[in-house]
Amino acid sequence: MSTPNSTAAITASATATTATTASAASAQALDIVVAGVGGQGTVLASKLLAQAALQQGLPVRTAETIGMAQRGGSVLGHVRIGESIASPLVPLSAADLIIGFEPGETVRSLPYLRPGGNVVTAIKVVEPVTATLSEQPYDGSAELAYLRELATSGSISQLIEVDGEAATAYLGSSKVLNVVLLGAASAILPAGLISLAALEQAIETLVKPQFIELNKRALAYSPSHGKLA
Amino acid sequence: MGNAAIALAALKAGVNVACGYPGTPSSEIIETLSARNPGGVYVEWSDNEKVALELAAGASFSGARSIVTMKLVGLNVAADALMSLPYLGVTGGLVLVVADDPGPISSQTEQDTRQFAAFAKVPCLDPATPEEAYQMTLAAFELSERHGTPVLVRPTTRICHSSIALDPAFDYQPHPVAGFERGSRWVVFPRRAYQGHLEILERLPQVMSEFAASPFNAILNRPATGGAAAPAATPVGIAAGGISWAYLLDALALQDAEQQAALPELRLLKVGTPFPFPDQLAADFLTGLGEVLVFEELEPWIENELTRVAGACHLPAIIQGKLTGHTTLAGENTVTAIRDQLLGFFSSSQPAAASTPAAATSAQPTVNLPARPPILCAGCPHRASYYAIKRAMRGKPGVYCADIGCYTLGNAMPLDMVDTCVCMGAGFTVPQGMARVQPDKVHFGLMGDSTFFASGLTGAANAVYNQTRVILCVLDNRITAMTGAQPHPGTGIRMSSDATPADAANALDAAAILRAMGVRQVQEVNPFELQATIEAIREAVRFVSEGEPQGPSAIVFKAPCITVSKPQPAPEVDQGKCTRCKLCIKAIGCPAIVVHKGDVVIDQQQCYGCHLCEQICPQNAIGVPS
Repeated sequence: MSTPNSTAAITASATATTATTASAASAQALDIVVAGVGGQGTVLASKLLAQAALQQGLPVRTAETIGMAQRGGSVLGHVRIGESIASPLVPLSAADLIIGFEPGETVRSLPYLRPGGNVVTAIKVVEPVTATLSEQPYDGSAELAYLRELATSGSISQLIEVDGEAATAYLGSSKVLNVVLLGAASAILPAGLISLAALEQAIETLVKPQFIELNKRALAYSPSHGKLA
Repeated sequence: MGNAAIALAALKAGVNVACGYPGTPSSEIIETLSARNPGGVYVEWSDNEKVALELAAGASFSGARSIVTMKLVGLNVAADALMSLPYLGVTGGLVLVVADDPGPISSQTEQDTRQFAAFAKVPCLDPATPEEAYQMTLAAFELSERHGTPVLVRPTTRICHSSIALDPAFDYQPHPVAGFERGSRWVVFPRRAYQGHLEILERLPQVMSEFAASPFNAILNRPATGGAAAPAATPVGIAAGGISWAYLLDALALQDAEQQAALPELRLLKVGTPFPFPDQLAADFLTGLGEVLVFEELEPWIENELTRVAGACHLPAIIQGKLTGHTTLAGENTVTAIRDQLLGFFSSSQPAAASTPAAATSAQPTVNLPARPPILCAGCPHRASYYAIKRAMRGKPGVYCADIGCYTLGNAMPLDMVDTCVCMGAGFTVPQGMARVQPDKVHFGLMGDSTFFASGLTGAANAVYNQTRVILCVLDNRITAMTGAQPHPGTGIRMSSDATPADAANALDAAAILRAMGVRQVQEVNPFELQATIEAIREAVRFVSEGEPQGPSAIVFKAPCITVSKPQPAPEVDQGKCTRCKLCIKAIGCPAIVVHKGDVVIDQQQCYGCHLCEQICPQNAIGVPS
């Protein structure tokens, strides 16, 4: 039998080296999952993370939830940074960081977290209509308690809880929770991969001109106000 | 985004005409082409997928390069045109991008366009990454012109909606258009169809032999890993296509990092051209293999094709995958699932080597999370329409046949107003069948405005023609909402570079169309005016229930989607008047009405100021503070 020259044959997929190269352990790799409710601004958060990494010269793959789930359903954004990554979805138990926009969605995305990964979460719930109807209102306290338990046991290395309500009240806009959370995350993101300066530059690149200043203030807000658990 | 990569490739190819019908996950291709249009490309949202493909065919017959986009089920609508086109052939490159949706994430089926390509005898390219979607779209134009056939590019959701950095520098150079040349080849009489069939049968083997050497296919050899295992006599074959190829590479990398098991020598086959299948390459791959495992989403296409090639070439390889229960049968593949299935596959031959991957300590949440299905937005006019119908029909037996769009979400509690949803257009036709066999009930057809123009007109005509007692409801929110707010004929707004603000004056009027078709009772209502809407519905119910048959009644519920309207001042709940009866919550299920520390409150961030709740509260406790 004849086997075609595999190196030449596969250049089109740009993934030729991956078959024999381990990526998970690479120091230059970072997997982030962004979890929230459709309409909360998770897509822009993923885009800003990806843009920031690109500006630091790193290859990035992202995947978004677009379509029906965007209508108030659970949405996940995947951001994969590093060489030799072929696919856009973060594998289970592989995320270095979860950024959760809402306690229930943060907990729902935990299967993606690697043991000892980090979590940034907003503490205010978005109550689903089904919960409001059920006479068993959901207030997020059980979810936050569970996250703290995992942080105490070391399953989560660092848990950063963000009072998004206070932040957005201070900033004067409810639309910037996403960037407030990124600001909080920047405290624990490896600066070599995603720096605060790169995130700021990403805002300048991706955000509409009239909202750039507001988003920059939102980015700067959290490191000082976010509460380290 | 993969969809943007496809659009950029079309521009680089000098595309002259781009058209499609919105459908997740394909919609951003046309949107990107419109946004990046250097001026020379004619871009439109067509009325439906069949219209789009036929329009592109006309452009192609005239020598232009054209691209047509749709989602998987859109191809069902365009199938009539697709089946004929390869018989006639094309002149200018015609690339048909059909986005499949494994999961499904936003679709009503998990159909596989690779099979459709084979049925229609149209070559098909299947990208594994957004980069490859770019390269394949470019190659597809060349392939289409070289062989005079339409070419399918079939990305899946995780290609369409995943993003990479891609910055191809090029100047848009429009493809020169020679113009239409008359000839008998363009008229598909039976004799021409016979000739065309022969042409197809001559063309496909040529494409197949080109595909055998295509850069989109590959065979890779991977040495044994882990050391401990005795070297196997023959390597094991692993085949994959589409995003599953990318998942396979990452699964192998993950396995290398984790060293869960010793893996034997592997021979990998990437299939980027599923139809016509690269038989020669497949035969090379299979030669000398004992076992083969196939990873793919949707149908077992590669698995079946490899089995066919093995049989035709008398090769002893055993092909395993979906059909043998070794891989995921329905829904998406993932890196983790493929890694686990690989380990499971090899653990049978190496029982000592495989083990369960270490579970993340945090992997299994022990708290009961609230379910969070998608719902109608706060301020959505569909909520008001459904609630008004429900109120008007209180105590009467009714059936509510809806259609494909945001309004399908009216099935959720507490509205619970969607009894059937089949496919685009069936909202108007399914109730006609029911009305014939259970005349004691009132039958509603519920359809959005974009769907009405795409697929509802023939169903409405049928109800008039056959004088069927149904109530045809157009839920007119002035936009194609679910797919991301695209314009449609009812808005008049166009995507092409010669569009003007005056386009809105050309908007098609659903009520006028229904009247012109002969619907004897047509009412237009603003669903946020609750009482008037309930009255109109009662009128319609009387019209179709009483006296001699007069055909259908129609109601156009007209109020804009929140994506194309400005929020109004949000009301508040007067806690002094509120009795906590929670009727507002139980009746309409608006996400902006929440219970906070026992009080019913309006979430000022979510509320859009539609004022539906104010009209429901028995205590008049909800209102905008003066």
